[in-house]
Amino acid sequence: MAGKGPSRFGIVVFPGTWSDRDCFYALAHILKQDVRYIWHKETDLSGYNCVVLPGGFSYGDYLRPGSIACFSPVMSEVKRFAREGRMVIGICNGFQILCEAGMLPGVLLPNCHLRYCCQWVYLKAEGPDSAFTSRRNAKVLRMPISHYEGNYYAPPDILEELEAEHRVAFRYSTPEGRIESEVNPNGSLNNIAGVLNKRRNVLGMMPHPERACEQLLGSADGNLVWQSIMNAI
Amino acid sequence: MQDTLKQALDNVALSSEEYFLIVSRLGREPNEVELGVLGTLWSEHCAYKHSRPLLKLLPTTGKGVLTRTGEENAGAVDIGDGLCLIMKIESHNHPSAVEPFQGAATGVGGIVRDIFALGGRPIALLNSLYFGPLAESHNRYLFDGVVRGIASYGNCLGIPNVGGGVFFSSSYSDNPLINVMCVGIANAGSITRSRGKASDVLILAGSATGRDGIYGASGLASRTFESEAEMRSTVQVGDPFMEKILMEACLKLVELGLVSGIQDLGAGGISTALAESASRSECGVMIDISRMRKREESMSPYEVLLSESQERMLLLVPPRNEEKVKSVFQDFGIPASSVGFLTSDSKFRVKEGEKVVAEVPVELLVNPPTYELKTRKKIAPERIDFLPDISPPEVEEVFMRVLSSPNLASRKWVFTQYDHQVGVNTVVPPGSDASCLRIKGGDKAIALTCDGNGRYCHLDPYVGGMMAVAEACRNLACVGAKAIAATDCLNLGNPEREEIYYQLKSVIRGIGRACRVLDIPVVSGNVSLYNEMKGRAIYPTPVVGVVGVARIKSICTPHFKSEGDQVYLLGKEKEGIDGSEYLELRWGKVGGKVSIDMGTEKKLCRLLLLLIRRGIIKSAHDVSEGGLVCTLAECCILGGIGFEGKWDIQSRIDSYLFGESPSRAVVSLSPDKTFELERMAQTYNIPLKRLGEVKGNRFILPFIDLPLARLSSSWYGGLEKALSAS
Repeated sequence: MAGKGPSRFGIVVFPGTWSDRDCFYALAHILKQDVRYIWHKETDLSGYNCVVLPGGFSYGDYLRPGSIACFSPVMSEVKRFAREGRMVIGICNGFQILCEAGMLPGVLLPNCHLRYCCQWVYLKAEGPDSAFTSRRNAKVLRMPISHYEGNYYAPPDILEELEAEHRVAFRYSTPEGRIESEVNPNGSLNNIAGVLNKRRNVLGMMPHPERACEQLLGSADGNLVWQSIMNAI
Repeated sequence: MQDTLKQALDNVALSSEEYFLIVSRLGREPNEVELGVLGTLWSEHCAYKHSRPLLKLLPTTGKGVLTRTGEENAGAVDIGDGLCLIMKIESHNHPSAVEPFQGAATGVGGIVRDIFALGGRPIALLNSLYFGPLAESHNRYLFDGVVRGIASYGNCLGIPNVGGGVFFSSSYSDNPLINVMCVGIANAGSITRSRGKASDVLILAGSATGRDGIYGASGLASRTFESEAEMRSTVQVGDPFMEKILMEACLKLVELGLVSGIQDLGAGGISTALAESASRSECGVMIDISRMRKREESMSPYEVLLSESQERMLLLVPPRNEEKVKSVFQDFGIPASSVGFLTSDSKFRVKEGEKVVAEVPVELLVNPPTYELKTRKKIAPERIDFLPDISPPEVEEVFMRVLSSPNLASRKWVFTQYDHQVGVNTVVPPGSDASCLRIKGGDKAIALTCDGNGRYCHLDPYVGGMMAVAEACRNLACVGAKAIAATDCLNLGNPEREEIYYQLKSVIRGIGRACRVLDIPVVSGNVSLYNEMKGRAIYPTPVVGVVGVARIKSICTPHFKSEGDQVYLLGKEKEGIDGSEYLELRWGKVGGKVSIDMGTEKKLCRLLLLLIRRGIIKSAHDVSEGGLVCTLAECCILGGIGFEGKWDIQSRIDSYLFGESPSRAVVSLSPDKTFELERMAQTYNIPLKRLGEVKGNRFILPFIDLPLARLSSSWYGGLEKALSAS
C-alpha cells in the first residue's frame, strides 16, 4: 500500500457495546490505522472508509439481540453508508444488529445447546474472495467466538440464494478446513459463521477477528480480515 | 419486653443487649426507621461484629499497598509504571442458595461496583464455587443456575471471567458458596476514595429504588435458617445493562475529575452508603428521600432506606460540578438525582420532604459493638492410618475414577460459558494453574488465581488457612508470577458456636502466618458467616485470591511441550493420603492430618520463578487435588502428548500416587538443561526427582499403562457426565 495513508475506521458504540475497545486496539495499535469511536447518537459518517459494528450487548439485548440498536440514530446513516458502497463489518452483536436492520438476510437464534459459548473455532472462507477475505491466502483461520445467540438461520429460499451467490463468507470448519457438523459450535445452518450482502460490501460474522490479532493471544489470523479491508479501501 | 419491640428487633437481627446499648448511647429510644438503619449497619454482614477483632491478625500493609484494608470499597496495590491493581473478593452465598441465577448474577454486580467505585476499570473476574455432590438433583440445579447467572451478568459487562475453582462436597449441600473476585486497573495516582467535604452534593445514579432486598444484610446474611424458602423475597434481580453503562459513566466522571467520591450501594443499601461516606469524610449527612426515584408508590422511609435494589451508585460531588455530573449521566441515559449533601455536623439525618424521619450520630452507626467469643477446639479428625494400601491391579481403575471425578475433571464446561477473552489481554486462559493477562503498552503481565480447600480446613483450620495462601502463591509461581497482594473471603458457620469461632480464628491465624512468610499483604476481603442449615455447618472455607506480576516474555504453562523433554518432581516425593480426593472417593472418608512447612513453600516458589525467568523449564504444574498421578495426567492431556516414567515405589502406593501434600510441582525441560535444574534445586535445598520423559501417546507410570486418548476423554467429559446423571 505504498503511498497510501492509513484508512479511517469508525467504531460504533452503543450503550452496552464492549468490543469497541478491542477493535480500537487492533486497528489503531496493531494495524496503525486512523480509528475513531462513533457514539450511537452521531449521524455524520463522512470521512470514514469503513464502519465497524462491534460486539457486546447493545441496550442489554433483553428483548432480542440488536432489536433496539437497529433503531439508533446512527443506524440510518450506516445504511446510507452501505448503500454508497462503502464497507461495513458487523462482528458478533454487530452481525445481529445488521440482520435486525435488514442489511443482511437471516437471523441469529440462541445457540442450539442454549448456553453461552466462548471458545476458539476454525473458519473456512470459500468461493470467490470478497473484499473482506482477499488476504486469507486459502488459509483456514483461527478465531474465538463468544455469544449466546450465534445460531444462523435463514429460510430455505434465502439460504439457497446465499449459497448460489457465494455470499457465505465464513463457515465453521475443522483445522484442516473440512465442513463437519461436529465442529459447528452453535447449530448454524450450513455451518455459517459469516455472510455478505448482495453488493458484497457489508459483512456480518459471529467470530471476533479483533481478538485474534496477536500470536500472544493465540492467533494473528484476524489481521487477515482487517488487512483485506485495508487493501480494498 | 413488649412483643412488638421483640418482633422489630428480630426483623433486624439485633439482640436486646444491643438495643439497650443503642438507647444508652442515643439517650433515647430509636424510632422504627432508626432501628432499621441501625440493625442493618450493626448486622454481621455490614459490621463484621464477630470477625473484626480477629481480622486484625492479618498483615495489611506492605510495599505498594495504596489503601487501608477495610476502609475503602476494595484494596489497591501499585504494580509500577504508574499503574495499580484494585481487587476484592466477596461472597454471595445466601442469596444464591435461595435463587441461584439471580443470587450469583447480583454477586458479580456487587463486586464489580466495588472496583469501579475506586475509579478502576474492571479487567478480570474470578469465582470460586462450592456445591454439594452432583448426584443430588438440587445441587445440579444450583450449580447450573449459578454458572448461568455469572455468565449472564458478567458476559454482558464485557469483563473477562478468567478463573477460579469449583469444588463439590456434601458439606455444601444446603449451603453453596459463591465467591466472586474482581480485579481492576487504574492510574496509581488517581484512585477515587469515597471522601468528600461538607456541602458536597450527593447524587444517586442508576436504577430506581424498589422493595427488593429489604433485610438482605441483616436478615439473610447474618443468621441461620431452617428453610431457604423463608427468605426468597430478599433476593434482588440484576440489570447488567444498567451496570455496564453505570460503570462507563462513573469511569468517565473519574477521568474528568468531577467527583470527590464514589460509593457503591451494596448490603444495607443507601443507609450503609451514606453512613460510610459520611464517616470517611468526617462529616454529617442529610438526605431527602422524597427526591429518590422509586419503583413503587407509597414506599415507607424504612423500605427506602433498607432497599438493596441493585445497580445504584452514590456520588459525592463538589457543588460546582453538580450539573456537569448530571449531564454525563444523561448522555449515557442513566437517571441521576441530587438527594442530599454532606453536612458539617456529625449527624445522619433523613428527611422526607420537610419531615425528619431519622436522626442519629454517624459515629453510632459505624461503631457497632464487636464480640470476641470463647473458642473450643474441635475434636480430632478421623484417623485413617489403619486403611490398607491400594493393590497394584486396582490402580488404573481408581486413577481413572479420580481423574474424571467432578472435583478433578476439566472445568471447560464452566469457563466456555464465560467470556474469558474480551479485553484482548488474556494470555493464559482459564485451565492453567493461574490465568495471565498482559498489561497493554509494556512488558508486564498479571497472574490471577483463587484457591481454598475446605476439606483441609476441616481437618485443621490453621493449616488449611496456610495451605490456601500457599497454593495460590504456588499457582502463580508455576506461571512465572510473583505474588504481590491477596484478598480473602472467609466462609464459615455460625460464629456464636464455640467450635465455629475457633475455626474462624484459626483460619485467620493461618492465612496471616502464610501471608507474613510469603510477604503478601491482604488488601481487602469479606467474611460470610452463618453458612449452616439445621445445625450443620459447612467446612470452614477460606477462599484466597492472589494477584502476581510476571513478564510477558517469561510466562510458563502447565502442559508438556515436546517429545524427549525430561520430567521432574520438585519437592518431597513420599507423603500421606490425608484429606485427599482419593481418600474421600475410595474410602468415603475425610480424615487424617494435614501439614505444611511455609519455609519450604517459600523456597519452592522462589525456585520456580527463577527456573522460569532463566528459561530453564518449559512447563510447571502444581501438585494438588488428585496427587502426583493426576498432575502428570493433566500435563499430558493439556499438551496432547504422552509420558513414560518407570521407577520403584518404596512406600505406600496410594500415598505416592494420590497424596496431596503441598509444596510440590511437576516441571519439564529439554535434556540439555537438566544439569542447571539440579544445581539450582540443590542451591534452594528443594528435593528433586526425575520422574520420566515426555513420550508418545500413552500414559505410563508404575502400575499404569493407558492410552492418552482415554485419559483425555474422561477428563474433559467428567463434569458433563456427572451433570447428566439423574
